[in-house]
Amino acid sequence: MIVLEPRQQPSRLLSILSPVIAISLMLIAGGVLLMAMGRPPLESLYVYFFQPIDEFWLYLTRPDERAMWIYTPSEVLVKAIPLALIGAGLTICFRANVWNIGAAGQYTLGAVFGGAVALYGPDLSIWLTLPVYLAAGVLGGMLWAAIPALLRTRFNANEILVGLMLTYVAALLLDWLVRGVWKSPTSFGFPVSADFSDSYLMPVLVSGTRLHLGLVIAIVVAIALAVMMAKTIRGYSVRVIGMAPRAGAFAGFSQDRTIWFVLLLSGGLAGLAGAIEVSATIGKLQPEISAGYGFTAIIVAFLGRLNPVGALLGALVLAISYIGGENAQIMLKLPKNVTGIFQGMLLFFLLACDTLIRYRIRWDTGAPRVA
Amino acid sequence: MGETVLFQATGVHKLFGDFAANSDVSMTIRAGEKHALLGENGAGKSTLVKMMYGVMQPTSGTFHWRGEAVSITRPAVARSMGIGMVFQHFSVFDALSVAENIALALPPEPMRELSARIAEISSAYGLAIDPDRAVHTLSVGEKQRVEIIRCLLQSPRLLIMDEPTSVLTPQEAEVLFATLETLSAEGCAILYISHKLEEVRALCETATILRHGKVVATCDPRETTARELAELMVGDQIAWVEREGAGALNDQAKARLQVSSLSLPAETEFGVSLKDLSLEVNAGEVVGIAGIAGEGQTELMQALMGERLAPDAEAIRFDDAAAGRLGPTRRRALGAAFVPEERHGHAAVSELTLAENVVLTHHGNTEVAGGGWINFARTAEWAKRIRDAFDVRAGTENPIAGSLSGGNLQKFVVGREILREPGVLIVSQPTWGVDAGAASTIRQALIDLAASGAAVLVVSQDLEEIFSISDRIAVIHQGRMSRLYPVTEMTPERVGLLMAGAEDREVAA
Repeated sequence: MIVLEPRQQPSRLLSILSPVIAISLMLIAGGVLLMAMGRPPLESLYVYFFQPIDEFWLYLTRPDERAMWIYTPSEVLVKAIPLALIGAGLTICFRANVWNIGAAGQYTLGAVFGGAVALYGPDLSIWLTLPVYLAAGVLGGMLWAAIPALLRTRFNANEILVGLMLTYVAALLLDWLVRGVWKSPTSFGFPVSADFSDSYLMPVLVSGTRLHLGLVIAIVVAIALAVMMAKTIRGYSVRVIGMAPRAGAFAGFSQDRTIWFVLLLSGGLAGLAGAIEVSATIGKLQPEISAGYGFTAIIVAFLGRLNPVGALLGALVLAISYIGGENAQIMLKLPKNVTGIFQGMLLFFLLACDTLIRYRIRWDTGAPRVA
Repeated sequence: MGETVLFQATGVHKLFGDFAANSDVSMTIRAGEKHALLGENGAGKSTLVKMMYGVMQPTSGTFHWRGEAVSITRPAVARSMGIGMVFQHFSVFDALSVAENIALALPPEPMRELSARIAEISSAYGLAIDPDRAVHTLSVGEKQRVEIIRCLLQSPRLLIMDEPTSVLTPQEAEVLFATLETLSAEGCAILYISHKLEEVRALCETATILRHGKVVATCDPRETTARELAELMVGDQIAWVEREGAGALNDQAKARLQVSSLSLPAETEFGVSLKDLSLEVNAGEVVGIAGIAGEGQTELMQALMGERLAPDAEAIRFDDAAAGRLGPTRRRALGAAFVPEERHGHAAVSELTLAENVVLTHHGNTEVAGGGWINFARTAEWAKRIRDAFDVRAGTENPIAGSLSGGNLQKFVVGREILREPGVLIVSQPTWGVDAGAASTIRQALIDLAASGAAVLVVSQDLEEIFSISDRIAVIHQGRMSRLYPVTEMTPERVGLLMAGAEDREVAA
């Protein structure tokens, strides 16, 4: 029988290094996988992970050639924005021991609510319309997250299952809208909405790229959440309820209110990410709006050690794997799903590292041993 | 027969990090011997028997069983060798019947045969129990019998009993002792863990005494006085609590905590309902609530702390304010303070530092947390004040709560409340699992707080503690409370009768 025994003193150094170890293990296992697919492992891993970093480096170190190297860095950041926003919210949720796995659905609802404003709203100054658009996105995400919150606090229904199932409902709702009432009359039958007018599009930060204002929002949100967790009673109560619910009750913090707070917060941020993403990169609604970010953000949260600022770094790592995956599709003819396998392996190794840092495996034979 | 060596521990060490829970422990148990393992809380008794029962492994040292060196890797191994253990906290399933619970620990056999064997054992050893009853309908003493019968069915040669009487009334304990005598006469050795000296002197013929993880003496307790045993256990002289005029009631004193006709249904199927419970604690007095474990103390604490709300605001009053419908934070604002029984995960969060743990009960104080922001300079100041005032010892400046020893953490959580200068302090098991020095510091602090005009309510299963600090005593039994008796009118025997469910009028007679 295999027994997991708690270690007496888990190494602090190892628990900080855990993401690095997990990334290394993912690269090794990924190399074996690529070899099995008949690709040269080292070159393929270079394309996946190191070429984007390389180009990032070139952009930073060669001011004269910036225009040449700006594409990859800007695209990595564009991918990192929604991951960071959702991931930062999830760190708070997970710290409270509330498992919001339905961020993909909240992201979709954010896009739908934002879309409603963009499609029916007036064409005014962007400084008036954009805040309303983003607020609608937050509201949509919160509304979708309120369903698991209500069912959990009223009926003790598992928020993981409720949230997960609602992602499918959200995807079908979006699908129904863009094939029905919101279908553009000029779309030649394609299931897409009309284009958002310019006053509902995220302003671009660096011309010639798609890098947009969402970057600033994501950084501000991450820092604000980190401050909240470290310095306020609200953040303290979230941590206490997550670590020791009875101590939370003793302190007078309501567990139900905390569940509501963290689900609405992470749902709102996922909704915000959805609204930002469709506005910045698509400019209209369509059935496929990269809702998968909602699941990838779970890896981001763990990679960032459940710290909102750490989630920024985690988002960067995962964004690199997306861009590397696109490069690999073009240069190595590797299927897109390989990216998903890499991301899955990363989470697997990360959780395995965290477990083995805290526990050791013992092989237990049942028989008495004569010493 | 009494001369056959059954079990021998030689030079056993057990380290947890740098802390030696057991160091160089040697002990010999003979067949049929009633052997006491004595020591203060934290002396290393539980660690030693957990290694004997295979729950943990020694860092070094050897065990011999009937002359052969053995490595006891897990409890199943211990059981197959013939070692049985009755734990202090029972591992029975409330929803199953007695026979079903016992069947879980044994190789499969037809239920009818098992029930017959249970009945046989139960009559042979005076352990009256009905195999078909559901365990949740049993009293704590009866649950212990289930555990003992489960061990006896495996014909043990050595039965380890961990603080068996801590959950029993004095009368139930008498029945248990008779059973142990019978077993011993049949050749089964008994390792009896306790810190109750009179019990050990009445029952055991050998005692091994542990202090700070080391064996300090092996003696015959019948030929040693209780005082000598106590000095061996505790080492240096015991600091007794000082108080004057206990039980002298002051009719003029104002009631600062009033509970009137509090009823609260059980939260779960196996919880206890509180039934029409009333009591009053006056300014300047300590009231002790005695009772065996699981008679409604947990539910009473929840209701008093505001973790569960009373049906009626008037059921609980602090000073003149009706508080039955208020949560913990608003009750604290009225001058109440609480220390729940469980230190880790209830009174304190083990993963947080002491300064962070200050916030748990001080966040209503605007200096500590004004406008929702925590003032970490202030929490560190408070943590330091508490550590200085209550001599809380720890390795570092601001350690995490989980790294403190039980006694030091308990001094911290009690000190955290007392330094708030509460008008009403409600404490559950103030010295549970705490060393003698810390226990006397805490008890003295409770008495001093009452002397300064506060009302102190202590819920405890430790009768010695109740008698040493209370002015008035009440007993809780099955969710009902006896009336309050001045300590001068009470004896342990009368409290024992109330704990077993006797009515007030029977005790008074």
